[in-house]
Amino acid sequence: MFGSLTRGCAALVIAAVMALPAAAATQLTGAGSSFDYPFFSKAFYVYSQKNPDVTVNYQSIGSGGGIAQFTAKNVDFGATDVPMNAQELQRAGQPVLQIPVALGGAAIAYNLPGVSATIKLTRQTLADIYLGKITKWNDPQIARANHGVKLPDTAIVVVHRSDGSGTSYIFTDFLSHVSGEWKSRVGVGKSVSWPAPSAVGAKGNEGVAGQIRSTPGAIGYVELAYVVENHMPAVTLQNSAGKWVACSEATVAAAAADKPHVSPTDFSIVDAPGANSYPVAGFSWVVVYKKPADSGRARMLYDVLSWLVSSAGQENAKSLDYVPLPRSIQASALSTLKQMQH
Amino acid sequence: MDEPAFRRIARFVSPVDRGFAAVVYGGSALFAVLIVGLFIELVLGSWPSLRAFGPSFIWKSAWDPVASKFGALPMIYGTVVTSFIAILLASFVGIMAAVFLADFAPRWIAAPLSFLIELLAAVPSVVYGLWGLFVLAPLVRTTIGPVLQHLLGWTPLFAGPIYGVGLLTAGIILALMIVPTVTAISRDVIAAIPRDLREASMALGSTKWETATRVVLPAARVGIFGACVLGLGRALGETIAVTMVIGNRPEISASLFAPSYTLASVIANEFTEATSAVYISALIELGLILFVVSIVVNAVARLMIWSVRGSRA
Repeated sequence: MFGSLTRGCAALVIAAVMALPAAAATQLTGAGSSFDYPFFSKAFYVYSQKNPDVTVNYQSIGSGGGIAQFTAKNVDFGATDVPMNAQELQRAGQPVLQIPVALGGAAIAYNLPGVSATIKLTRQTLADIYLGKITKWNDPQIARANHGVKLPDTAIVVVHRSDGSGTSYIFTDFLSHVSGEWKSRVGVGKSVSWPAPSAVGAKGNEGVAGQIRSTPGAIGYVELAYVVENHMPAVTLQNSAGKWVACSEATVAAAAADKPHVSPTDFSIVDAPGANSYPVAGFSWVVVYKKPADSGRARMLYDVLSWLVSSAGQENAKSLDYVPLPRSIQASALSTLKQMQH
Repeated sequence: MDEPAFRRIARFVSPVDRGFAAVVYGGSALFAVLIVGLFIELVLGSWPSLRAFGPSFIWKSAWDPVASKFGALPMIYGTVVTSFIAILLASFVGIMAAVFLADFAPRWIAAPLSFLIELLAAVPSVVYGLWGLFVLAPLVRTTIGPVLQHLLGWTPLFAGPIYGVGLLTAGIILALMIVPTVTAISRDVIAAIPRDLREASMALGSTKWETATRVVLPAARVGIFGACVLGLGRALGETIAVTMVIGNRPEISASLFAPSYTLASVIANEFTEATSAVYISALIELGLILFVVSIVVNAVARLMIWSVRGSRA
């Protein structure tokens, strides 16, 4: 009887001792965008190596779920590919700060056997392809931009994301900027009704990339990292300054730098005016309450996020083929974050 | 001396019995509670959509989240057609394999083969999906599709451009996924047919083939039918593998080569990023429709089993 009691006590003490280091670290929680997930998991890991008293648990459940969890106050912060709109902010019930944390670009990958030159497309041509008005690779509109390239008579297969995604939002935002017809017929969204008769939907970046690779004549938009890592050919787009630009870290960063004061109500950086700016780019956002209930956690959250948007945090984005935020955006993100009360 | 001992044993056993009965009844009741609860939850969740679109949700075919216009018809069509292709292929192959395993194969082949077939059932669906996307879809585009089009292109079913992904590819993937279920259960059902029947048939001079097709299969048909219904249930609800090979286009096309969409795929694709209340609710209503479709299919199958039994009696 006494023996078992002693054993029980000993077990309790051991459990308590083992639990001590874990209890010392505070766990902050976040949820939302899957676009941010690889970046966040790396960055937060690096952060807690340096600051053992804080760990950040991020759940990649999608932007919609992230906003819902944030509004329900189940998490310390949410992450979303499109800032919360007026209605969502109202539902949150108290002032919310929205901070750009990551920058991404959508490359237009394609599969055209027998053509080794990089295909060039004007913005209007790309819109017409996605509207289903251009259906063959040797269409005069495409030929005009590609002098000297022998274009085959292959049918174009338009590939898009079938899952709701921030990348689709950025891409449809771009098409709406360059084509009035797209804007009125289709519009902007994470999921839209794709008008091209040859449109095929694939799940995730990996699905779109796979679909393009296995379908001759296919064209589709994928995050920059996928094109870089899979060595897929991607089109050179003409930007609004009339220059031909490929999707790269430099050209996406240039697009972001064109607009140093990005805000949650004016956040679109597609079709940027700079000569070196790639036209299909956008931010991902973190949302926090201006005045979180627990001031101790608020302080930690502020520290984590201000590190995340600094050059030290953004370095982790670079190593994963995200585009680091340009300095001007880092500064504006930090000044928004400073409004947090802790 | 004996009697009290019996009584003691009876008294000692009865609480265990009672406990066992409670567990059994409780377990069965849990199913009923789950199904009813699921239905209520789906109806509540889809209420905003039910109110906004009414019954027209079922026969409208626009799916435009930007304009908040939703209709489920293309997805209902895609779900039913892919499952139908799947059960058509899987039941044929599965029943043949089951006959072979139960009646024809020598033991040293039947045992490892049965094991392999059951192993197929344990392959995760995302693996089927990836295989479908990278192997089957290109195969359909370059070989299977053109051959079918050459032979049967005059019917609308096999006309039009071949993308690789589409109704046919999704149907084939689903067939692969449900064939282990159909085979394993059919084999057990066939194996359970009394030896006497086979021996009687052989004694009358039938060949092995005649015995299998005219005696054993008819005797096992109710059980085999049940196996197919189980397979069909899986096909209707299968999500990830189908999403990867169906092309995800909410459109109704007569051609089996055309991209399509299923109820489960839309939910998997769009639920995480759906933000407006009506949009989420429309997705939940798709779940409700899938639930109802499954019930209807199962009910029809049950009726067919009853009618088969009735005609035999």
